Amino acid sequence: MSQPLSRREVIAALLGTPVLLTGCGESAAKNPPLPPGKLVGASAKAGHRTRTHQPPEIADEDWEQVPVVIVGGGIAGLSAARQLSRLERSDYVLLELEPEAGGTSRSGTSPVVDYPWGAHYVPAPGKANAPLVELFREMGLVEGTDEAGEPVYVEEALCRDPEERIFYRGTWYEGRYLAAGASPEDQAQYDRFREEVDRWVAWRDDRGRRAFTIPMSVGSDDSTVTSLDQISMADWMATHGFDSPRLNWLVDYACRDDYGLRSQQTSAWAGLFYFAARTNSAGEESQPLLTWPEGNGRLVAHLRSQSKGEIRTGLTVVDLEPVEHDGRQQVRVKAVPADGGQSVGLIAERVIFAAPRFVGRHVIAPWRNSPPEGLEDFQYGAWVVANLFLRDRPAWRGFPLCWDNVIYESSSLGYVAATHQRGLDHGPTVFTWYLPLCDELPVEARQQLLDGGREIWAEAALAELSLAHPDVRSLVERIDVMLWGHAMILPRPGFLWGGARQQAAEPFRGIHFAHSDLSGLALFEEAFHHGLRAADEVAAALKTWN
Amino acid sequence: MNRTPLLFLNVLIIATCGLVYELIAGTLASYVLGDSVTQFSTCIGVYLSAMGVGAWLSGHIHRGEARCFIEVELGVALLGGFSAPLLFLSFARLSWFHVALYGIVFAIGTLVGLELPLLMRILKKDLDFEDLVARVLAFDYIGALAASLLFPILLVPRLGLVRTSLMFGLLNAAVGLWGTWLLEPQLRGVNWLRARGVLVLVLLSACFIKADIFTTLAEDDLYSDPVVYSTTSPYQRIVMTRSDAGFQLYLNGALQFNSADEYRYHESLAHPPLAASRSRKKVLILGGGDGLALREVLASDGVEQVTLVDLDPAMTNLSEQFPPLAELNRHAFEDPRVTTVNRDAMIWLEENPGRFDIVLIDFPDPNSFSLGKLYTRGFYRLLRRRMMDEAVLSVQCTSPLFSRTAYWCIITTLRAAGFHVHPYHVAVPSFGIWGFALASPVPFDQPQQVPDGLRFLNDEVLQSLFVIPNDLGPLETEVNRLDNQSLVRYYELAWWEDARPGKAASGSTAW
Ligand SMILES: Cc1cc2nc3c(=O)[nH]c(=O)nc-3n(C[C@H](O)[C@H](O)[C@H](O)COP(=O)(O)OP(=O)(O)OC[C@H]3O[C@@H](n4cnc5c(N)ncnc54)[C@H](O)[C@@H]3O)c2cc1C
Repeated sequence: MSQPLSRREVIAALLGTPVLLTGCGESAAKNPPLPPGKLVGASAKAGHRTRTHQPPEIADEDWEQVPVVIVGGGIAGLSAARQLSRLERSDYVLLELEPEAGGTSRSGTSPVVDYPWGAHYVPAPGKANAPLVELFREMGLVEGTDEAGEPVYVEEALCRDPEERIFYRGTWYEGRYLAAGASPEDQAQYDRFREEVDRWVAWRDDRGRRAFTIPMSVGSDDSTVTSLDQISMADWMATHGFDSPRLNWLVDYACRDDYGLRSQQTSAWAGLFYFAARTNSAGEESQPLLTWPEGNGRLVAHLRSQSKGEIRTGLTVVDLEPVEHDGRQQVRVKAVPADGGQSVGLIAERVIFAAPRFVGRHVIAPWRNSPPEGLEDFQYGAWVVANLFLRDRPAWRGFPLCWDNVIYESSSLGYVAATHQRGLDHGPTVFTWYLPLCDELPVEARQQLLDGGREIWAEAALAELSLAHPDVRSLVERIDVMLWGHAMILPRPGFLWGGARQQAAEPFRGIHFAHSDLSGLALFEEAFHHGLRAADEVAAALKTWN
Repeated sequence: MNRTPLLFLNVLIIATCGLVYELIAGTLASYVLGDSVTQFSTCIGVYLSAMGVGAWLSGHIHRGEARCFIEVELGVALLGGFSAPLLFLSFARLSWFHVALYGIVFAIGTLVGLELPLLMRILKKDLDFEDLVARVLAFDYIGALAASLLFPILLVPRLGLVRTSLMFGLLNAAVGLWGTWLLEPQLRGVNWLRARGVLVLVLLSACFIKADIFTTLAEDDLYSDPVVYSTTSPYQRIVMTRSDAGFQLYLNGALQFNSADEYRYHESLAHPPLAASRSRKKVLILGGGDGLALREVLASDGVEQVTLVDLDPAMTNLSEQFPPLAELNRHAFEDPRVTTVNRDAMIWLEENPGRFDIVLIDFPDPNSFSLGKLYTRGFYRLLRRRMMDEAVLSVQCTSPLFSRTAYWCIITTLRAAGFHVHPYHVAVPSFGIWGFALASPVPFDQPQQVPDGLRFLNDEVLQSLFVIPNDLGPLETEVNRLDNQSLVRYYELAWWEDARPGKAASGSTAW
């Protein structure tokens, strides 16, 4: 069998260039017709309205007064909404441009099982992240505490064993590190890498803070740690003498998985964070994962249910204009509905801006002409997510189907089986296939993403899964594809501790910022943290006035 | 050259083949439908009457006897040769089995009935009538004798049914092909006939060599006794074998019961909870699609409703419709008190809020992660919510001798889920020492009495089941949780170290 196909090869093959597809015993021409499906892409059109359109005119009598407006209903916006409700400030309106809230944690439903469109797990937090433990307690996922005071999670919410497997040369193996066929040198390097990670887990600065924590903001800002941000993860591996291919693959996989970047594009700080932040103490196993069939869609639903204020979807915020009124700061918010109906004008005391920062460049009025410094440093990667609906389980060799199914040396991240956590072990299932586009320039990646269209990406998913499951084509009944243009913030070297990020969290004339990009790491915990922080800031500010 | 002796050799072969096909049909029918007396009688009856039809038909052939004879030989070769493989394949569709069986028997009988009259007419040109009849019939009976002796002594044990039938198909085809030379002067278009003869020979030989592609045949090697039924459902491979002592059921290669001693197992699974529970009105059986635990429950007083949840409709349908199995479970599935549900037990428990007085768990051993989840703390906690406060549960827990750690892991897990547990075990010759757990949400006493008239249990034996010998004694284990599946790993390790036959022996797992 040839090397797994790269994305380019698949696309090239599909566009008629005769390359490598023959390697897996099938030529593109022979492929049966693609199963039907739809393109689900985040509403690029509605989003781009923020750039191209003049803000609408709104008649004086049409302006509504609302104490708080939340822009964006992703995890950050919904967490802010829940927090305001907990602080008994449910007098807010949340505006979301998509038809439903959830952002990159949205999910879909099917008669067989619900499935994710983006985020699909959260490592079970330890007691150090009290607000998040509180959230999970509220959801009924914490059944007690152990002797060390750490929360104990109900087993149904923890990722069901077996968690992951890896496909290599025709066979699946348990785990994500490819232990099969590892040389003693590989194994030695792997052990040494874990020791190195453990060293960082145990590390404390002179104020007793850990190097890597979740949320990241309570970790150390000592230069011993932050200087890691100046080199790439690949360089860090090289300088530490790690040249084992399978270890480097594992680290590269981790970077692509969490950040959508190759290890040579990822800040070493972020790379080590991935491994060291999720372990309570050195030598311990990393925290188990909380997951649901529909992924973090479950969290979206819960946060929504706890948000007692008003949530309006299908409304794109196109203009935020801070104004002084009777000596008080106000923000005039304009939003346009996706269906082209009546525009909305809201006058808010405070705004929580929980949309990505690049959106602010087009929406926050004063920034259109003079954007704040460092705004261009916020760059976002592009991702393809395909959901494949299968009539039945495909054939495989080796270790059985897991939650996460990874293909060694593939450009994709493999697939997650939605039925796994539901406990459905037979019959129809839904596979969610993830592909980050790791091109050097995000603009190019986005162009490639949109050029592809459903057919190309669906074919890419099928071609890749066929390597591991020769019969998959005959079992897939539908393939829906999501194109995430601005999927997640990119922690490239220099971004995390370069200053722009820290500055960006400062409120700007009544506008408080909350999106997960402020952490430089697209994680549920960071989005949640910023949502809470911004809500607390706003509630405090309003209290001092009233 | 005098061709007459050679033609008599043909009579001998034809006669042997004819009887072999009849025996194959009769054997297969009694394997599958049970009651060999009836099956053999009906098969022989149909066969003989079909031969009559064949003989009568021969009277309507006025020209070209030689050609007809060869055509008939090739036809018998194909039909007879492929009869066993065809019947094996039709096992999977039980409702078709009768049609296929009698259809094939009738067709072969008709063709065989044509053979001798035609041959006699061919020979009559060389011999006088008295001599002809005497010799043909003599060879016919010798052939029958040969077949009836070879079949049980040599053919079935050595070749198995499928290869036997293919081999005799080959003999018939050879006779046909040979005839194209012997009868050449009386034939037209001889080359075309020969080509067809060769084709039939090649086809049959190929299948004879490749007979293993019939998975059933391949399985004959896996199982110690002849396979009488096999099918692959979306969930598992179901195979039944038959030995002198009775029937065996295998799921994915793992023995589930042997009819010779299953009563020991099923009485031990069913009667302790029936005896320990205050009420037995509502009973739940999880797994147990063979209906044998169900049989024990239905025979007990006071049972008003039984719900049986088994993943696989192929399994419960088989238990209801496959005569030997339906007899063994005493047609339990036809009892009006029984509701059968085909669903994953865990999902069913999540979806159905009803509560039960007694629960019996009879899942296959935890040899895969999908089975392992049905032995987790999460599963037992869920089950607890479907049980009355004083309800009693019994669980089959694999062998405490071969996989002692796995056994105690299940006990530990039940306790971790909040159950009070009495471990017990029983000797089942086909399996060895087998382990169970009797559990209840509240503290409870070991049961003291079972009803009279059981085959295995009486009050004294019941007491002894709860005595734990030293070599089966408790071990410290982890709790089996959904997120660690410790049990599957303990279990695999045990069978790995000691690859003995038992409830989960050969070729069972995909990994
Ligand atoms: C494919 C993929 C997989 C992921 N997997 C994981 C995972 O497994 N675990 C994990 O922790 N994280 C994962 N993430 C990261 C995920 O982004 C975060 O967990 C989290 O969902 C981020 O939430 P957010 O609110 O900060 O941002 P977003 O999800 O980006 O939410 C921003 C919201 O603002 C809305 N919006 C934007 N502009 C406007 C406007 N002008 N007007 C109104 N509304 C607007 C958007 O529509 C969106 O709903 C994944 C991300 C992707 C793309």
